[in-house]
Amino acid sequence: MHKKEIHTDKREVVIAVRQLQKSFANNHVLRGVDLDVHQGENVVVLGRSGTGKSVLIKIIAGLLKQDSGTAMVLGENVATLDRKELRKFRLRIGFSFQSSALYDSMTVRENLEFPLLRNSRNLGRAAVDKAVQEVLEDVGLPQTVNQFPAELSGGQRKRIGIARTLIMRPSVMLYDEPTAGLDPITSVEINSLINEVQERYNTSSIIITHDLTCAKATGDRMAVLLDGKFESVGSFEEVFATNDERINSFYDYNFID
Amino acid sequence: MNSKPRIHVLSEKLDGFFGEVYNNVLFIGRFFSELGPPYEWKEIIRQCYMVGYRSLPLISVTSFVIGIVFTKQSRPSLSEFGAESWLPSLVAIAIFRALAPLVTALIAAGKVGSNIGAELGSMRVTEQIDAMEVSATNPFKFLVVSRVIATSLMLPVLMFYMAFISMIGAYLNILVNEDTSLVAFFGNALEKISFLDFFSSLIKTIVFGFSIGIIGAYQGYNATQGTQGVGRAANAAVVTAMFVVFIEEIVAVQITNWFR
Repeated sequence: MHKKEIHTDKREVVIAVRQLQKSFANNHVLRGVDLDVHQGENVVVLGRSGTGKSVLIKIIAGLLKQDSGTAMVLGENVATLDRKELRKFRLRIGFSFQSSALYDSMTVRENLEFPLLRNSRNLGRAAVDKAVQEVLEDVGLPQTVNQFPAELSGGQRKRIGIARTLIMRPSVMLYDEPTAGLDPITSVEINSLINEVQERYNTSSIIITHDLTCAKATGDRMAVLLDGKFESVGSFEEVFATNDERINSFYDYNFID
Repeated sequence: MNSKPRIHVLSEKLDGFFGEVYNNVLFIGRFFSELGPPYEWKEIIRQCYMVGYRSLPLISVTSFVIGIVFTKQSRPSLSEFGAESWLPSLVAIAIFRALAPLVTALIAAGKVGSNIGAELGSMRVTEQIDAMEVSATNPFKFLVVSRVIATSLMLPVLMFYMAFISMIGAYLNILVNEDTSLVAFFGNALEKISFLDFFSSLIKTIVFGFSIGIIGAYQGYNATQGTQGVGRAANAAVVTAMFVVFIEEIVAVQITNWFR
C-alpha cells in the first residue's frame, strides 16, 4: 500500500520538540533532540532498541519529565502543566502502547467506555453505545465487543488499543512499536489502520518503530535516532540515501535482498 | 561514561528506608486529597465484594477452628480453679478484644494485601496504569481510592463475622462438655463485653483495613522491573502490612487501656 504524499511546508506545527534531554541515572538517553510534526503528518521515529524512542513519546504525552529542553504539543508546554491541565491536554492525545495495555479485568466494551464515561459524564447510554460501535467498526472488530482482552489475538489487541484512543477523537496519535510481535500479514493490516486513522481522523502522529516496512508504509517523514540525537530526518528514500554505516546497517538488517 | 559516586546522608539502607517512609506519607496524602467526589461507585462495590465475600471461606474456617481450639485449651486452666462457668466470658473477651481484629487483619494482609499488590503491580508493569493516565482519567482514584475504601469498610464486617463464627465454635466445644443453650451461652459471654471493647475493635479494624489497603496499593502502584517487580510488590505488601498491623495493635491496646 502506497501513502498519499502530503506537503507539510505550509501546515501548522502541532508538536515542536527542542533540545530535549533525558537521563536515567548515568544513562543519557536523549541528548538534545529536535523535532517538528506538522498538522496531519505521520512522522516515524526509527532507532535501535534502548535509544530512547519510547522515552521521547512518553515525554510528549506527559508520562515522563525531561531533564531539559521543551516539548510543545498543540500549543502547550507539556512539562509545565499541572495535574488538572495535563488531564485536559490528554483528551487531545492518543497513545497506543507496545503491549496494547488493555485493562485485563474489563471487556472490550468496558475498555472503550472507560475514558469516555469519565470525561463526558453527561453522555447517555445510547450515545456511549454508538461511540463504541463506531470505533469498533473503524478498526474492523465490531464482533469483539463483549470479549475480554485475554480472548483476543495480538493484532486484535493492538486494534482495540487504537480504538480506545480514537473514541476520544484525538488530534495527535503516538504509536509505540505498533507492529512489534505481530506476523507480517497482521503488521500490514496495522499499517493500513494507521494510515486510515490519519485520513479519517485527520491526526498528526509519531510512530515509534524499528520495523522498516511499517516505517515505509505509514511515515510521511522519517527521523533516525542515534546516540540520543536525530541524525537524519527526511523521506524514507532521503534518509537511506546515505553513507552513514549506522543507518545503512539498519536498512540491511531489515530488508533481505 | 563517568559514573559519579552516590552520596548518602546516613547510609544507603537508612536513606532508602526513610525515602520509602516519605514516599508512603506522600501516597497517603494523595489518597486523602483524591477522596472527594466523583466516586467510582461501581469499582468500590466490586472491590467490597472481592475483599469481603471472597474472604468468607477462609475467615469462616479459621474463626471456627480458633473458637474450638481456644475454648478447649482454656478449659483445663479454669477447671483447676473451679471457674469453668467463666469460660464463655473469657472466650468472648479474648475474641472481641484481640483475636478477631488481629486474626482478621492478618488473614486480610495475606490474602487481600498480596492481591492488591500483585494486581496493581501487574497493571503498572504492563502499562495499564499509564494507559489510564494518557486517556485523561485518574488511575489513582479508580485503582487506589476504591481499594482502600473497600478494605477500610469490609475489614470491620469481616471482624464481626469472625467473632460470631468463633463464638459458635466455642459454643459447640462447651456443648460437648456441658448442657448449655445457645441463648444462655451468648448471654453469659456478652455480659463482659463493654461498649469500649466493641468500639475499640471497630476503630482498630478500620485502621487495619486502611493500612492493608494503602500498603498493598502503594507497593503495586509503584512496582518496577517487570514480573519480578510484581512478585516483590505482592511480598512487600504482605510483610509490611503485617508488621504495621502488629505495631498498630500494640498502640491500640495502650490507647484502649487509658480509657478502661
